[in-house]
Amino acid sequence: MMELLTQPLELPFMQNALMVAVAASAVCGLLSCWLVLMGWSLMGEAVAHSILPGVVLAYAFGAPMAVGAFVFGMLAVLLIGGINNTSTLKHDTAIGVVFTSLFALGLVLISRTPSETHLQHILFGNVLGTSRGDLYQVAALGLLTAAVLLLLRRDFTLLAFDRTHAHSIGLSTGVLSALLLSLLALTTVTALQTLGIILVVAMLVIPGATAFLLCRTFGQMLAVASVSAALAAVVGVYASYWLDISTGGSIVLAQAAQFSLAYVFAPRKGLLGRLRRSRPLSPADRLAS
Amino acid sequence: MNMTEAPGTEPNLYPAVAAAQLSAGYPGVLALDGVDVTLQRRSICALVGANGSGKSTLFATLLGLRQPLAGQVRLFGESPHHARRRNLVSYVPQHEQIDTTFPITVEQVVMMGRYGHMGFTRRPKPADRAAVDKALEQVGLGDLRRRAIGELSGGQRKRAFLARAIAQQAPLMLLDEPFAGVDRSSEQLIVSVLHQLRDAGATLLVSTHHLEGVGELADEVILLHRRVLAAGLPEDVLTEEQLGRAFGAVLSEPLAQTPEDPLAERGEERGL
Repeated sequence: MMELLTQPLELPFMQNALMVAVAASAVCGLLSCWLVLMGWSLMGEAVAHSILPGVVLAYAFGAPMAVGAFVFGMLAVLLIGGINNTSTLKHDTAIGVVFTSLFALGLVLISRTPSETHLQHILFGNVLGTSRGDLYQVAALGLLTAAVLLLLRRDFTLLAFDRTHAHSIGLSTGVLSALLLSLLALTTVTALQTLGIILVVAMLVIPGATAFLLCRTFGQMLAVASVSAALAAVVGVYASYWLDISTGGSIVLAQAAQFSLAYVFAPRKGLLGRLRRSRPLSPADRLAS
Repeated sequence: MNMTEAPGTEPNLYPAVAAAQLSAGYPGVLALDGVDVTLQRRSICALVGANGSGKSTLFATLLGLRQPLAGQVRLFGESPHHARRRNLVSYVPQHEQIDTTFPITVEQVVMMGRYGHMGFTRRPKPADRAAVDKALEQVGLGDLRRRAIGELSGGQRKRAFLARAIAQQAPLMLLDEPFAGVDRSSEQLIVSVLHQLRDAGATLLVSTHHLEGVGELADEVILLHRRVLAAGLPEDVLTEEQLGRAFGAVLSEPLAQTPEDPLAERGEERGL
């Protein structure tokens, strides 16, 4: 039995894979709590997809991926905000137009950039090919993001809960929002190696959604989201090793399984709990009331 | 420094609110048109008007959420920007603005009122905890402090947000429809708390389209309908004729003067 757990770890690439997946998942799990509460799930997807051309250009010019991702992530946010403010289109329409266009630009750039195989990994992830260098980069970005999120967690939570109050005590809600979106762009880079751009939004939404169903306070939510995401990463990496299936896919399916359990069985907000509480009155009850 | 006392009690200083020839609105809609508002310190002013009369726009402009198209706003002689940074103004939101599914307890909501007094990581100090305890007691929510905000009734939730503003200890408080969707006992409690706050030196601007308690609540009344239709003592402003102009013919009949069935009328108003 123990061999099931230890045997994969004898391979160095599996050690790297496990560590990078756990680190990226835990940080994405933290951030996902705010994205879910701000109603920014779609925004998360938009930023995650929009960084593709930035990553490709960074690769072509030998710059760090995080820089390219950050620039294009912010560009996407500015374009979405700009279209929103200068037209009568609805917000989700602006998001849909911008991120698909930037994603398409990224695909076109990939097709004209040498070394296609490496860039395909940006789309689908390549967690088993994680080098020590990749691991250190993810760890550094992850630590930075987690540190900023945790230090400013009360301000971010206030921003999500009551923007007007945040404004009325002199906080700059625009700066805080921009900071959160910057962290989103950086976090996406940490998760690229594991999941690739296409699935990264799963990590940025599902753990927060699961934790939201289970928790009464935001502090609990942060803990549940990051721990459950890390657990899903472990389960996903092992499942992919033993069953010979896609690692990114297994990790997201493990998160989806956690979400399904929470959706049905969560004590207060779960389906069963809600059904029990809203059971229709029997005729006798109705007479009595 | 106790902020409630700070600029509020010094003599011969600027009024709590001074808005001159204020115009504000949205593209194609002029919600406020040349509005003058002056609030003396240590008073309760009721801002009365129908839905769409510009009450919320006035609040947004006083808070600096919306830039005026013309005119200017001064709070204690300062721009809204500086007033916010100095914790001079607090805001109690309408209940539609509150996300009741948010995972947060009553106590945590009230603690948010203290954030302007804390360092950048917002770690509460003993003084902050004491202010939260006192505010919760004042609105009668001491026992419910660990409840999630979504588990409270409408009136209790209103009191929780009032407690947040109390804990903030700002000398100017803006309250947006504090009596909408509130049960009778919460309403009475809120009125008496607002009187206590005024007596302690605060200035309160309370928007409402709920007319029957205005005379008891407020020291003065501003009747708003895009412009200031009337301002002054409640008995001078809340005349049938003025209310007719503010609310239109439907509501002009028996409103201000002692209604026979207050509850029925309140229900009607809520449906507006």
